[in-house]
Amino acid sequence: MSFQEFLHMGGYAAYVWTSYALALVVLIANVVQPLLQRRRLFAALARKRRRSARN
Amino acid sequence: MMRFIHRLASPKYFYDVAGRIVPWAGWGALILILVGAYWGLVEAPADYQQGDSFRIIYVHVPAAWMSLFIYVVMAAAGAIGLVWRIKLAEIIAIASAPIGASFTFLALVTGSLWGKPMWGTWWVWDARLTSELILLFLYLGVMALYGAVEDKRMASRAAAILAIVGVVNIPIIHYSVEWWNTLHQGPTVTKLDKPSIAPEMLWPLLIMAVGFQLYYVATVLMRARVELLERERNSRWVQELVQPR
Amino acid sequence: MSALSTPRAMALLLRRDLLLAYRRRAELINPLLFFVLIATLFPLGVGADSRLLQTAGPGIVWVAALLAALLSLDSVFRSDFEDGTLEQLMLSAHPVSLLVLAKVFAHWLVTGVPLILVSPLIGVLLSIPSRAMPVLVASLALGTPVLSLIGAVGVALTVGLRRAGIILSLLVLPLYVPVLIFASSAVDAASSGLPVGPQLYILAAMLVAAVSLAPVAAAASLRVSLS
Repeated sequence: MSFQEFLHMGGYAAYVWTSYALALVVLIANVVQPLLQRRRLFAALARKRRRSARN
Repeated sequence: MMRFIHRLASPKYFYDVAGRIVPWAGWGALILILVGAYWGLVEAPADYQQGDSFRIIYVHVPAAWMSLFIYVVMAAAGAIGLVWRIKLAEIIAIASAPIGASFTFLALVTGSLWGKPMWGTWWVWDARLTSELILLFLYLGVMALYGAVEDKRMASRAAAILAIVGVVNIPIIHYSVEWWNTLHQGPTVTKLDKPSIAPEMLWPLLIMAVGFQLYYVATVLMRARVELLERERNSRWVQELVQPR
Repeated sequence: MSALSTPRAMALLLRRDLLLAYRRRAELINPLLFFVLIATLFPLGVGADSRLLQTAGPGIVWVAALLAALLSLDSVFRSDFEDGTLEQLMLSAHPVSLLVLAKVFAHWLVTGVPLILVSPLIGVLLSIPSRAMPVLVASLALGTPVLSLIGAVGVALTVGLRRAGIILSLLVLPLYVPVLIFASSAVDAASSGLPVGPQLYILAAMLVAAVSLAPVAAAASLRVSLS
């Protein structure tokens, strides 16, 4: 089977590749979101600490 | 054993243990999902009826399994949190909701993408797709309720009650939708039923399913850790974690 | 005070709620009007072809009933929550779930029963054949209490929120699906002359399950919402 044929997916390329791409996006989003949230939280806590250190 | 559970219930200990599990589960999930995807996309033979479009099931079916599994886990964790007042169970429950909702969404969209070449339309009121749609609404309800209540402790308990009510209702909803579907059945729906699946098609499916399970373990713990930090932000161990003296 | 038995407390609560509803009877008309209005809008939207209405009629009546029930739900606990009565009830020596049951029953009497009474009129508007009318009334009589009971759980969960309306519908409507399916199918079957026993029995089973489980869940929810 050639690479071209593989990409073509027997004529169903649009459906198959959209599905897999979407799965990839969803899976990555669920990993990235907690990481971002964690970073935001740490930034907020650090800000708070600096503010209380100044006073 | 009981001592282990008690220690696990202490936030800091849980935070550390979860932090050690996350990479193992995460990398394991990545490997299994890659292997499953390669096997499913390349190695498995094309279906004699559906051609290559059947390869969507390697995303669709595990996602649908996970959507139900996570809902049950969420309700069980919520019940544990309500009955024994275990904060960590509440956190696990609420951390599960967005992940479950995204798997439900994935199952719906891939089901529709599979249905287009098979049925010739994006959406049919197939029993499984319909129950999946209602499941998505149940997830969104839990998340909306959690988001709407200010006090997070109270919010997670309210969301837990809703999840339990939902889990009691899911079988009723599922069977009523199935029954409804047999009443108004279209002619092409049975195409989705696979009487018996060949082993070289089944193996990648199982690998994908286990990969998704591990992925859920990794992401739910990641979310739970962040949620825990948010709630305990004023405690000393979090302060020290953010800025060690 | 302590001599008050639980059934007596429930009866008193029921009487009080009915009295309060009677004093505010203008508000009670609104869900009913809403019910009639939705049923009027549908033929205007989909066309007045009587064959079309006959097939869609049972579903339309039931969707309208669902929405009307949803609209009136908020009043189960809202005013009692705002004036503090609800907290007093929670502090009483009687099981909260039974008090909730009394309140829901009162609510159903003032919102559900009127829906049942006007439903034949709606049936006529939607050209549901007259042989299906008894089944329509029966399905509503079995179904609307279930709607009130499940709805009470949703209201109990959202009673502390300022803008509960949309969230309430998101919580409650998916849980209404089985009632909708079986009830409208019963009416549908009756209008084409088929037996309706199974659907009505299943509705009755749902009612029994809801009566026994929903008050407990609603009481637990109230405890969370008021904590």
